[in-house]
Formats: sequence, structure tokens, C-alpha cells
Amino acid sequence: MENKIYDLIIIGAGPAGITASVYAARKQMDFLVVSLDIGGQAAWSGDIENYTGYQFITGPELAQKFQEHMLKYGTALKENEEALELEKTGQVIRLKTNKADYQARSVIIASGKKSKELGVAGEREFKNRGLTYCATCDGPLFSGKDVAVIGGGNSALDAVLQLMKIAKHVYVINNTLNLSGDAIMLRKVQEAANVTILNNHSVVSVFGDKFVNGIKVKSPDQEKELAVQGVFVEAGLVPNSAFAQSVEKNLKNEIVIDSRNQTNIPGIFAAGDVTDVPEKQIIIAAGEGSKAALSVFNYLSKNNF
Amino acid sequence: MAKSVKVYSTSTCPWCIRVKQYLKDNNIEFQNLDVSIDQSAANEMMAKTGQMGVPVLDIGGEIIVGFDKERIKSALGL
Repeated sequence: MENKIYDLIIIGAGPAGITASVYAARKQMDFLVVSLDIGGQAAWSGDIENYTGYQFITGPELAQKFQEHMLKYGTALKENEEALELEKTGQVIRLKTNKADYQARSVIIASGKKSKELGVAGEREFKNRGLTYCATCDGPLFSGKDVAVIGGGNSALDAVLQLMKIAKHVYVINNTLNLSGDAIMLRKVQEAANVTILNNHSVVSVFGDKFVNGIKVKSPDQEKELAVQGVFVEAGLVPNSAFAQSVEKNLKNEIVIDSRNQTNIPGIFAAGDVTDVPEKQIIIAAGEGSKAALSVFNYLSKNNF
Repeated sequence: MAKSVKVYSTSTCPWCIRVKQYLKDNNIEFQNLDVSIDQSAANEMMAKTGQMGVPVLDIGGEIIVGFDKERIKSALGL
């Protein structure tokens, strides 16, 4: 374990964490960024047309620009590290990751959200063997094949719109009575000749040999098998907040913060999609990250650290 | 002699971009195979790894799935 006590540790390097790091660097704090990846969900986005200053930019490009901005200040970054435990004892906050232990006087949790798993048989076994959580990345591998998209919201529709141009046939497995999502996207999906929408259906299992060759689905009155080579899970997102055990969360497991990004534990702040902030947007996450870093600066000054 | 390096990728996956950037930053020459348009490369990748996730690196015969920096470093002797 490092004996050093940082002013601040930022957990996560998506829009919120990276923006917090820029502000922390400019306030000359002694800090560290610990993250599994860089860019967070923004890096997985397709086209971004609502981040002010860029009329059009792709997710990977924006993530690259964020990264350059962060590293311009020589920021200490621990990549490929996952936060496992966070606890405060006295005035010191301790973070345990899969690789090391760190200590700090303050923390900003900006660990974002991740794809929700379905929790069905075969899901883990066939992950990357035909089952994927990223249509943008892996979609092109399924050209001319039959695939299923699991989910019924905007992210599912987005995946269907991408896949119906590539795949032979797309099944949409939606467990509610109707698809939800933007009307424009919905109409395009409903009008596509190679898309079959199965409302009120849920997935029972994913099966195959070396790779996926089908799924079993059920409706209230029957169970059936669909022969597909690709399964795209778009069942929503869950916050990466489990490691912050003593931090207060809402029913969705989002970290509860006040208007200054303070959690229920003094010195532990949070920003972006992992929090209960209304609306999850790249620009909101970035703004929240800057606000959290300024709150940390005030907190450290007030406590004479 | 430097090991031959192949990267199996798609143009859209963020980790593929990171891997290629990492190799460029370290002045490593590599052959990029876009498995979304090159079906035989896709088959080759699946045969080598038994899976479909990208990126995959083939560094002189050592197969690495994902942007595993430590393994890439040691395979390249960096």
C-alpha cells in the first residue's frame, strides 16, 4: 500500500472524471485518476451532435480529445484498474482497486454506468461468442446473419437501426407490450422489411455450440426457439456504484448527491451518470465533473488540508 | 528481428483505436485487418481465439484478446 495521502482521487475517466481532472490540475491539487477505461460510455457512442462546440463528432474522437486534454497537465492516471472498496476512517479515505490500495483526503466518484446483464442461462458463456453488449463495435461482424436485439428502449432501437442495414434478419425481443423510444426511430424500425418485433416476449436462454446458434424466448402463452447467430443485449444501464458501500444510493443504485456534488459522507463527492443527477448527457456529466472538482477544492481549503 | 504484429479490429470499436494508437506511440509496425469487411480475416480471428470480440492481437504467434497493455508490452519486449 502506498503511504502517500493524495488531496484527491478521481474514480473514472469518462466525461465527468476527465473534466474533474482538468479542474483539479488547474487548481494544482495533488491527485490521481483511477479508471477501468478512458472516455467511458462516450467512447462507445456513435455520432454526437449535441456537445457544444462540436456540431458533429464521433464518440471515439471526442473521447480522444478528452484524453488529450486530461494528459496535457501530466495527470497521474492508473488505467485498467477497477475500484473494489471505498471507505473513510477518520479523515482518510481508502480506495482498494484490483491492483493497489490508495489513500486520499477526498474522492470524486465518476464511475458511470455499464450495460445491464439479462441474467439468463448461456449469457456469460456466450459473451463475445455471438453475444455482445455493443452493436456499434461488433455489429459489422454479423453481416448477412440472423440476429436478435434484446430490449425495447432507445438504445435497443439504435442497435436495430444499425443492424438492419448489415444483418439478414433482426428479431427484437421486448418484454413490454410496446416498444418505447423516439417516434422517428420507432417508425423506421416498424417499417423495415427485415425486422420482426416480438413484444411481450422475454429471453429464457442463449444456446449454441462454439458460438451462439439460437435463443429460447417466451411469451405468456408459449415458448419457442429462434435460430440466430448474434445476440445484442440492450437492456439498459446500471450504475457502477457497488464498491461505494457506505455511500447513500437511491432505488436505482445511483449515488445521491446534493447540488454541490457532496454525498452523505463528507469528503466523498460524485459526478455524472453514476449519480442521481437528472438527465444523463455527456455535457451534463462534464459540467458535473467540473462542479465536483470545485467543491472538493472548497472542502479541502475549509478543512485546512 | 522484430516480431510480426497483426491487429484484428473494426473501425468502430474504441479499444481497437486505443490499441492501434498504443502501437503507433511505441513505433511498432503492424498489419491492420478490418474484420467487418474482410470475412477471411474474421474467420482467421475466430479460429485463433474461439471468440468474436475485437481487438485481437497476434504478436509473433502470441494471441492477445483485448487491450491488455501488460501482455502486449511483454510480448513486444517493451
